[in-house]
Amino acid sequence: MSDTARSKLQRILSEGHLAVTSECGPPRGSDPEAIKEKAEMIKDYVDAVNVTDNQTSVTRLCSMAACIHLKLMGVEPVLQMVTRDRNRIAIQSDILGAASFDIPNMLCLSGDHQSFGDCPQGQNVHDIDSMQLVQTVRMMRDEGKFLGGAEIKRPPNMFVGAAANPFADPFEIRVPRLAKKVAAGTEFIQTQCIYNLDKFEEWMKGVCDRGLHEKVHILAGVTPFKSAGMAKFMKKRVPGMDVPDEVVKRMSDTPKEKQPEEGINICVESIERLKSVEGVHGFHIMAIEWEGKVPEIVERAGLYPRPKID
Amino acid sequence: MIRSITRPKSEEEIDRLLDGNGRIFIIGCGTCVTLTHTGGEPEVAAMKERLSAKGKVITGTTVVPVACDNLTGEMLKEFKAPLDQAEALLIMTCAYGVQTIASQLKKFVVPALDTLFIGKETGFGEFNEVCRQCGTCIIGETGGICPVTTCHKGLVNGPCGGTNNGKCEIDPNKDCAWTLIYNRLKELGRLDLMRQYQKPRNHLGEPSPGKFYIKSN
Repeated sequence: MSDTARSKLQRILSEGHLAVTSECGPPRGSDPEAIKEKAEMIKDYVDAVNVTDNQTSVTRLCSMAACIHLKLMGVEPVLQMVTRDRNRIAIQSDILGAASFDIPNMLCLSGDHQSFGDCPQGQNVHDIDSMQLVQTVRMMRDEGKFLGGAEIKRPPNMFVGAAANPFADPFEIRVPRLAKKVAAGTEFIQTQCIYNLDKFEEWMKGVCDRGLHEKVHILAGVTPFKSAGMAKFMKKRVPGMDVPDEVVKRMSDTPKEKQPEEGINICVESIERLKSVEGVHGFHIMAIEWEGKVPEIVERAGLYPRPKID
Repeated sequence: MIRSITRPKSEEEIDRLLDGNGRIFIIGCGTCVTLTHTGGEPEVAAMKERLSAKGKVITGTTVVPVACDNLTGEMLKEFKAPLDQAEALLIMTCAYGVQTIASQLKKFVVPALDTLFIGKETGFGEFNEVCRQCGTCIIGETGGICPVTTCHKGLVNGPCGGTNNGKCEIDPNKDCAWTLIYNRLKELGRLDLMRQYQKPRNHLGEPSPGKFYIKSN
């Protein structure tokens, strides 16, 4: 792994600490306070904050602008970029734009299909895919070249991540798919939300058997349930999400007023168990519109205080 | 056999497009739209009945054998008088047929159908888009299944995270392209091809609009 990035996230991982990241969804409006308030709640409890890129294809304030707001308030951003909305010219241009503000991390994604969002009649782009996006950023950074081959003056210097979903079918494709992303140049992975820990451990075993855990930092993704309804929704309605029946039952058997607390309990217990899984180098806590709970989760999971890195 | 797959426009849209035109000649086609029941004899007759009931004067109707054929103009010569009387031609063919007739007859044309894709009949009454003529074919590395067409995101380096029991996350009626490819390559003992990294696609294979000349030596 390259040691050249100025990314704090990268340094924390390379020094062997368990990293903690979280995410902020930008607002559906132009008020920057919305993103700053979320970041303020969590900034002392995480190493870096992902900023989602029009997640679920719903139009929002752009990820790059939100990352700049975070950067200016001293919070390290992870720029999420999907290939759904930009062609290769716009993608390379946005990478340079982000690099001009020294945004040090990037997460390369294909993005949810537009039919899930607020512009279902829109056209997707996918001029390149997430795998090719990883390669593009690496080429721009490591070779200092554009896709067209021309030299870049002051190349971007980003720590390059991608997503992995260990749970989508066919399951047996999922470790080879990670291997392909690693071969393309992925340096860190943030996984889909983990509720089926047995299945995740099986996937991680496959990852370690192939030695991939030595080539890429895997941050295990967790999302606390706010309610039994949310658990049921995630199980039934979110493709590629694996929520075991016993987890849904545990939430459903809890009285409504205690469900948020139980959701946090499940999340903290998951982190505790995942800490001992070989190859897990950190956690990506996605508290969807519930950022205020991130400090509690981090503290209760024994991940606080965060390491100080100069 | 490949077919041009069409879907009727809504009655509201057709009525809007025909607004101000009282005399209409209706043209169907005996090929693809007959097969898909969108522009054959029965559909043309039903359209005539509906528009007549709305007070339009139908100067004539016909179902040409192959609307996209260059001979269609010749075929239509026998209808010269009712065609001349018509203020608009309502054409119940795919857009290839509509454009052929528009260029040959120089009349105001209204398409009655939306053209969806060039589809292959894969079962009785079932048509699938299996190729979108991108000009840079990669199916030699994907077991003969096209991910550019079959995947909703056109992903060429493997599936996204939304595979849903072998189906696509956005439509349970559509197979996940990469599950199909994985299964095919597994059968063939060529799973090694799944590791193949596909570079960003060359969209200049044949820039749209496509044009092709047969070169004579």
